Amino acid sequence: MHIFRDYRTLAILFGLPVAEILIFGFVISMDIKDAGIAFLDLSKDDVTMKISEKICSSGFFKKAGDLQSYDDIDRIMKAGNARAVIVYGENFGRDLLSRRQASMSIITDASEPNTATLITNYASAIVTDFNMGSGGTDPAGTLLVRPEVRMFYNPGLRSHFMFVPGVITFILILICALMTSIAITREKEFGTMEVLLVSPLKPAQIILGKVMPYFILSFVNVIFILLLSRLAFNLPVRGSLALLLAESMLYIFMSLSLGILISTVSKTMQQAIFISLVGLLLPTILLSGFIFPLENMPEVYDIVASFLPPRYFITIIKNIMIKGTGFASVWKETLVLILMTLVFIGLSVKKFKIRLQ
Amino acid sequence: MKNEYKGTLKSIPGMRAILYLIRKEFLQIFRDKFIGKAIFAVPLVQMLILVPAVTFEIKNINLCIIDRDMSSESAKLISQLEGSGFFKIQHYAFSEEEANNLLHRNKCDMVLQIRSGFGKEIVTDNRSRILASINAINASSAQLSWAYFNGVIRDYNMSIVAERPDRIALSAMPRINITNRYWYNEMLNYKYYMLPGILAILVTAIGFLLAGLNLVREKENGTIEQINVTPIMKYQFITAKMIPFLIIGLVDLSLGLILGKILFDIPFRGSIGLLFLCSSVFLVAVLGLALFISTFSSTQQQYMFVAFFFMIIFILMSGIFTPLESMPQWAQKFDIVNPMAYLIRIYRMIMLKGSGFHDIGKDLLALVIIALAFTLLAVRKYRKTA
Repeated sequence: MHIFRDYRTLAILFGLPVAEILIFGFVISMDIKDAGIAFLDLSKDDVTMKISEKICSSGFFKKAGDLQSYDDIDRIMKAGNARAVIVYGENFGRDLLSRRQASMSIITDASEPNTATLITNYASAIVTDFNMGSGGTDPAGTLLVRPEVRMFYNPGLRSHFMFVPGVITFILILICALMTSIAITREKEFGTMEVLLVSPLKPAQIILGKVMPYFILSFVNVIFILLLSRLAFNLPVRGSLALLLAESMLYIFMSLSLGILISTVSKTMQQAIFISLVGLLLPTILLSGFIFPLENMPEVYDIVASFLPPRYFITIIKNIMIKGTGFASVWKETLVLILMTLVFIGLSVKKFKIRLQ
Repeated sequence: MKNEYKGTLKSIPGMRAILYLIRKEFLQIFRDKFIGKAIFAVPLVQMLILVPAVTFEIKNINLCIIDRDMSSESAKLISQLEGSGFFKIQHYAFSEEEANNLLHRNKCDMVLQIRSGFGKEIVTDNRSRILASINAINASSAQLSWAYFNGVIRDYNMSIVAERPDRIALSAMPRINITNRYWYNEMLNYKYYMLPGILAILVTAIGFLLAGLNLVREKENGTIEQINVTPIMKYQFITAKMIPFLIIGLVDLSLGLILGKILFDIPFRGSIGLLFLCSSVFLVAVLGLALFISTFSSTQQQYMFVAFFFMIIFILMSGIFTPLESMPQWAQKFDIVNPMAYLIRIYRMIMLKGSGFHDIGKDLLALVIIALAFTLLAVRKYRKTA
């Protein structure tokens, strides 16, 4: 009853996953699109014009201006109007025709390193393409080693595979651990806990009654997110759905016991919020490989992450949802989660008893 | 600072009440030892943990190679891949099945197949093909790995041309030499990119969460009634609520900057004064929003979730991880009212590029307007009768 009285929180609990999934699905993308590009053309001939035109019409770049001198490069980049500047050497077209080679350079604003890498690659590819097309020789004959690529598990290079498991993990820990810990601490802070404690209910019953609604709420949320990703992105669950739901239940259970543990150690709501935020949410977002791949992080983080439950759960969901593997591939992670749940419950029961005396 | 100006400020009517309220706020904030500690621990934790953690630079792509050719050409290609610094050769497999199994178990990120006859084809036909299979569950790392891989292959092709100009038809073809230059961050250090963003998150978190929670807490405990019955004006109350958190936010920002300098040697090319000016305007904006939201919320839990919701959306839409132009039109329109989008851009421009006042003028103006709008909303919405 407590929960449903607060309809705003409820709305947010369902609004948050929707917003996150939509943002991650449609907004966050690494693709280069309309990146501002400026030209410093010291040669101003047919060839350079053609190359510039080809670059601007590719869809990756948008012309940000023509520059007059080298000083302009710094100016336009500092103002943030161009992400890259292409500089053609003097007599570019003539050199290309007479000496059969000419030079140009691509200067990128590397304050965003990955974007700079991609821009450089795209622009070079366009220029090389232009060169092949205008060279007159058979393009196939000039390519030496041609690399071909096969993108495994995700041929469309869609980012959904990364963030849907991430959002589930994140929302669950948010609802279970954060909400439970706040709710219980709240009763403590207002003294209503005492009222419950002197009632003939057993402590275990009280706690169970407190967490049960969150359990149901989280479970509904999981199904909701799965449905949403199915409808919005056509993301199927490749493995067994039943197994996925069972694992989610285990994870929800684990998060709830973690929430109870937090509530037993914190005195005020603000403390509970801080512990949950700093201790749980941040590491969940960062170290579980949600946005940033764990492999690229320093070794220490790998070790820290192995103590945190979300990491195992993410591995489980990814295996079941995307790779479609069965229980055999996730039994180790499942076992770790079960052990963690038992430890958390054990600890909070111990703490709870001490507090009652 | 407060005490220095007290004498002069007191003479301004209404100022005295604000000063007393500010003192009350500080007392209240630091009375809770936990929060007092947290205010200083948060920047430390963020700098120490977040910055090294958020690397999206792909350095060690674990490679598995199926070399069916075993020629000197394939060996050269492999050594160039290894020498590029991006790839680490973890396994040599003998069958595709074996390699795919490694990919499946996350033992490698990419499988490179060199077919038999690769070396011979290069020598006789001047061309050949290779096949790369990339684990693309993480689409952006797959994209980057593929871009790096292509770069290495381009170099490899160049080196073959350079070695045997006589044999290759390429020498007859016009060549455009492209040189790359990465400005402002030659080593493509990803930390330089993320640190300003993390500082922005730090400033937002302090302003948004602490200030709002503080007001709602007074509501929940009923102490706000006591203030409401005093003759304090609405604007005085709101100002007094804002200033302490503004100061805390700026202190935390300085702490973050100092840590960033010491730990990560982050470049600071622009003016510090300008950075603090922009941060102050930004803080007023988020504090205004925080107070506005808090007037709607009756419990801390409720505020927590609303604030969290806004923060997540602001952060994700701000272009902290990906370029703004890559976003769809509606998202770019949303960012007109997203203060974080401006702040992150301003931080990056000032810190990494040394942009000056005229470069960021437009962004700063937008922030000022947003700050005014949110604060006015908060003052209007705050009812003493609440």
